[in-house]
Amino acid sequence: MTVSKDDLIDFVYDEVRMLDEGRYDDWMALWTADGMYWMPLDWKQADPIHETSLMWEDQFMLRLRIERLKGARTFSQKPKSRCHHVIQRPYVDLIDDEAGKYVVTTQMHYVETRLDDQFLLAVTARHDLVLQDGALKIAQKRVDILNCDAAFGNIQLLP
Amino acid sequence: MTTYRTRNDIEALVTPEQVHRDVYISDELFRLEMKHLFANTWVFVGHDSQVPNKGDYYTTQIGDQPVIMVRHTDNEVKVLYNRCPHKGTKIAIDRNGNTGKFFRCPYHAWSFKTDGCLLAIPLKKGYADTGFEKTENSKGMKAVGAVMNYRGFVFARLAEEGIGFEDYFGGSLSSFDNMVDRSPAGRLEVVGQPLRYMHKCNWKMLVENQTDTCHPMVAHESSAGTAVQIFEELGLPKDGPKPPAMEIIAPFMSPYEFFEDMGIRTWPNGHGHTGVHHSIHSDYSAIPGYFEQMVEAYGEEKAKAILGENRHNTVYFPNIMIKGPIQQLRNFIPLGPDKTLVESWIYRLVDAPDQLVARTAMYNRMINAPTSIVGHDDLEMYERAQEGLASDGLEWVNVQRLYPGDEEDFDHEAVENGTTERQMRNQFHAWVKFMIATMPDDAAVLEAAE
Ligand SMILES: [Fe+2]
Repeated sequence: MTVSKDDLIDFVYDEVRMLDEGRYDDWMALWTADGMYWMPLDWKQADPIHETSLMWEDQFMLRLRIERLKGARTFSQKPKSRCHHVIQRPYVDLIDDEAGKYVVTTQMHYVETRLDDQFLLAVTARHDLVLQDGALKIAQKRVDILNCDAAFGNIQLLP
Repeated sequence: MTTYRTRNDIEALVTPEQVHRDVYISDELFRLEMKHLFANTWVFVGHDSQVPNKGDYYTTQIGDQPVIMVRHTDNEVKVLYNRCPHKGTKIAIDRNGNTGKFFRCPYHAWSFKTDGCLLAIPLKKGYADTGFEKTENSKGMKAVGAVMNYRGFVFARLAEEGIGFEDYFGGSLSSFDNMVDRSPAGRLEVVGQPLRYMHKCNWKMLVENQTDTCHPMVAHESSAGTAVQIFEELGLPKDGPKPPAMEIIAPFMSPYEFFEDMGIRTWPNGHGHTGVHHSIHSDYSAIPGYFEQMVEAYGEEKAKAILGENRHNTVYFPNIMIKGPIQQLRNFIPLGPDKTLVESWIYRLVDAPDQLVARTAMYNRMINAPTSIVGHDDLEMYERAQEGLASDGLEWVNVQRLYPGDEEDFDHEAVENGTTERQMRNQFHAWVKFMIATMPDDAAVLEAAE
């Protein structure tokens, strides 16, 4: 099976649309069983595990994050946050049909809001995708925040 | 408007069981805290592994005072005010760097040795016969009142005179000892960058929350309770290896009895810790090879004693907390009455297996990051409290849980039920002590005002 450049670009557009529309069950279905979401703390951080990251989350942790958003006693989500991605056309960095591996890098502006507060993060997302049973899945998503060294308030949803 | 001028004014803000809301919301009291409390106490500056080589420096602040921590040519760590004695320009702006043998002000090239002494001024003859040498500015960059490097952790007292380091911390240093002793080499090293998390609330709310053992099962039900629920839905074996979230977050859901039994210890001058007998850090899985390394370094008996101590949060008054079992330090940096920057640092146990620093980093991001689902609910509580305190309906905040009913003795170490608010009362007792220590007495203030 071959994957086209358009397939990869569409994948990223679909993914951020799910996040913006809060379709989290669809979003969870995009991941491999051992897929990891990484948000480094340091600029050009190389090691997600042996120093602090903002996020380095397995499927259990992502599911917990998503389930928590629905909870009746999730106080920091009363009222709920909303988010909004504006993305540039993704760069397709790797197409390896033989290995079933693909890499896509996307520049995004991520906006999150709750009550009277709204903030903007300029982020670069790198998707490591794999083909599983004929569908593209996320093996790793790395999200680098341009001002990762700044102090943030709550970032509650997912860039 | 000046409301708080005398020692009596300050003392009236704290009763044995309540605290006036102004300590959290008043601009004037915040300025007095910066001037008195943060000058008279020993405040954490940084870890000496942040400046391993001569000339290495790190910039931070003590209260509202910008300072530089620097490794001097004699290998000692110095703490200097980050201000050129000429026009006030900050000497260093980047958070870390190496300045070589001297600092050089970027404005007029005045230069200083790394202990602050003036080295040179260009065209110095311009100051001949001006009396310049009689000014304090001619001496160089000013050093803080006193500095102590305790097993790598650097503290400073801004005030020239005041309580000594050992008197101030006393028995509370046992928590630092336990954290450092957990390294087979008896040494810690800073790891990576700190989390930087901005809170729109007063710094004391964060410090109080460190020994608030009646909030985890309530405020963190959404994260810890949901973790337990998902774990059960997945039907994972209870005795098998647990997902990281279960090991780190789920213990927050422990029942009240768990927190009652874990105990709280207080020391004089506002220090104290939760987790005297056990804690949420007690049941972490063993890391292969680590115990053997500890036995080799300390002998079996001492190794067991070090690792058997599982203190939860130790508050070092005024504004840091450490977690010995996971080598974390959180610094609650006051920026305004309603603004606090929380830095969460982690350290590596030198010569211990890498899995330990992996768990430490995991704890830091899962619990204390701006992206943490646990941190989100804590911040929500603080910010709601900050807003709620504007209410004129009630003026006092209650810290009465397990108050013994007569005058409490904070001058001696005590161990009590783990849900007491005694440590919060202990902090406010110290707060008054170090706020008024350098205030003129009431009669002098009132006379001057007349
Ligand atoms: Fe909490």
